[in-house]
Amino acid sequence: MSPLGRYFHPLSPAGLWLGAAFLAVLLLLPVWGGSYVMTVATTVFYLALIGQSWNLMLGFAGLLSIGHALFVGIGAYTAAYLFAAVGLPPIVGVLPAIALAVLMGVLIGYLGFRFAIGGVYFALLTIAFAEFVRIIVDHVSWLGATEGFFLKVSSADRHGIDLVNLRGAPEMYYYLIMALALGALVLCRFLLRSRLGYYWQAIRDDAEAAEALGVNVLRYKMYAVIISSGMAGVAGVFYAFYQNSLFPEIVFNIERSIEATLGSIVGGVGTLFGPIFGTFILTPLGEIVTEAIDLLKHWGVIDPQIKLDGLKLLIWSFIVVLIVLFKPKGLWPWVCSRLRLTRPEAEG
Amino acid sequence: MDFWTLANAVASGLLIGLVYGLSALGLSVIFGVIRIVNFAHGEIMVMGMFFALLMFRWLGLDPLLSVPLAAALMFGFGYVLQLVVVSRVSHLPEHMQFLLLAAIAIMIVSALLLVFGPDAQGVDVDYAWNSFAVGELIIDYPKMFAAIAAVIVASLLLAFFKYTSTGKAIRACADNRMGAQVVGLNVSRLYALTFGIGAACLGAAGAIILLLFEVHPYLAPGYTLLAFVIVIIGGLGSLFGALVGGILIGVSEAMAALLFQPSMKSAFSFGLLILVLLLRPQGLLGKAVR
Repeated sequence: MSPLGRYFHPLSPAGLWLGAAFLAVLLLLPVWGGSYVMTVATTVFYLALIGQSWNLMLGFAGLLSIGHALFVGIGAYTAAYLFAAVGLPPIVGVLPAIALAVLMGVLIGYLGFRFAIGGVYFALLTIAFAEFVRIIVDHVSWLGATEGFFLKVSSADRHGIDLVNLRGAPEMYYYLIMALALGALVLCRFLLRSRLGYYWQAIRDDAEAAEALGVNVLRYKMYAVIISSGMAGVAGVFYAFYQNSLFPEIVFNIERSIEATLGSIVGGVGTLFGPIFGTFILTPLGEIVTEAIDLLKHWGVIDPQIKLDGLKLLIWSFIVVLIVLFKPKGLWPWVCSRLRLTRPEAEG
Repeated sequence: MDFWTLANAVASGLLIGLVYGLSALGLSVIFGVIRIVNFAHGEIMVMGMFFALLMFRWLGLDPLLSVPLAAALMFGFGYVLQLVVVSRVSHLPEHMQFLLLAAIAIMIVSALLLVFGPDAQGVDVDYAWNSFAVGELIIDYPKMFAAIAAVIVASLLLAFFKYTSTGKAIRACADNRMGAQVVGLNVSRLYALTFGIGAACLGAAGAIILLLFEVHPYLAPGYTLLAFVIVIIGGLGSLFGALVGGILIGVSEAMAALLFQPSMKSAFSFGLLILVLLLRPQGLLGKAVR
């Protein structure tokens, strides 16, 4: 079997055709989709990238992070600051952004793993650091503090393609984040089937047994944190230059960290396609709920005067509860077996 | 800075810290027995605050008199939540339990937003601005009453676990779940009771803290994080540790507000948390495990 064939081997013919068709639709999206569809699709891929990064830590190596917004935020602020202060283009700035995000990951990982702090404690440590950094950035005036940090953008910047400075048309951002998300998918596929990936899975399933067999648990856990936080840092750089404004209360908000986990958990933790599949369900679902509420108001079913601030989140979180209760392994494995997308002997 | 300024800050932090400690007790009880981290912690507490607010508005009831009612209501909520929802995920990995409770937390905040709106609302008791002085130490009545109420509820809870047979049975479940089942204890009912008791602590703490702070739905995640910090500092699962951690955090917040600025106070708490994890990861009063 050719290397390429082996790569796609786990997918059944039906899965291959469906995947190819889906990819074609997404590649051609800018042709038929309006600006609204483009924005939603860009968000989907952005969240899929972060989800992939988060899934690498929990799904592959068994490390629960609930502070992933921290790595994303550090990447975002680093690249944005270097661009605004010394004019460093983001294509170079992404390197220090990754470096700082990884440094933070290493710090948390070292603190956590040094005493074999597991499970809940590690998760709480990630939240604690995310909140700590949020409050610090709130008070750093050269990062804009609570007022926010803004990148200058002119209307001329909204056309064309400038990948060096990450300035251009919405289509450029869309294809870029799509490439990054799919790149992360390929990287995870590669890692999962590498020696490193098998070590991770051994640690995830039974750390003591892995250690007894001579796996350096601390080192391989650190590798997982390093790769994951680096990926999240890249996502942050994209965020900074896509949004052009950074607020600590938004970027480092714990809701961002929870958001990072949702797609993967709904899609299926530890599966390759789970994160991307989950975000493809959840983000449009949120949009549909918003639209439906607007429509009901329009038809007069709901009084338009009523403020429905929380309703969307209420419905959305209720759906998440249902998924946890009834499809705890995630939707992707279920869909896979239903539609026979994978060969029976392979796992998604 | 003179001595009395410092002493006033410490005293005020200590009194508020006792209320924080009561709230953290609720988290510690649930984790210690059911081994579930209640991510809807602050949300349940804020429900207690809103309940006390309604009682004040409708019946003119002082928040402190609402404490038993809020505790009873939240006990029922926690009991049903554990029995109907949380018990169904006990066999699932930690991250699924986290997600379930986080989703429930978001549901509670959203529902509160729909009902009460995003604005801060408070109660106005007639002793709100009264205080007494010991030397130059000035103690506000609301803070003192809140601390006394928190100590009473916490003592009742500790006595319940120490002296009643149900309390002992719950502790048996925490020590050895299978053993408890073998001797014929109804573990699922005791778990529901435990979640109820933890939630009742939060209801009580919510009603008490309404005396000191205004309430709005977005307050909830902050209280959740605060309780996490407190129980980790005190030792996850240690009841007395939760109280000690609460006092420590209360005082450290007051110090941060005095020495830096009020908005830095949670950074101080998180700094303290990181320090504890670095030096004594099992918490100040936690047992060393693993």
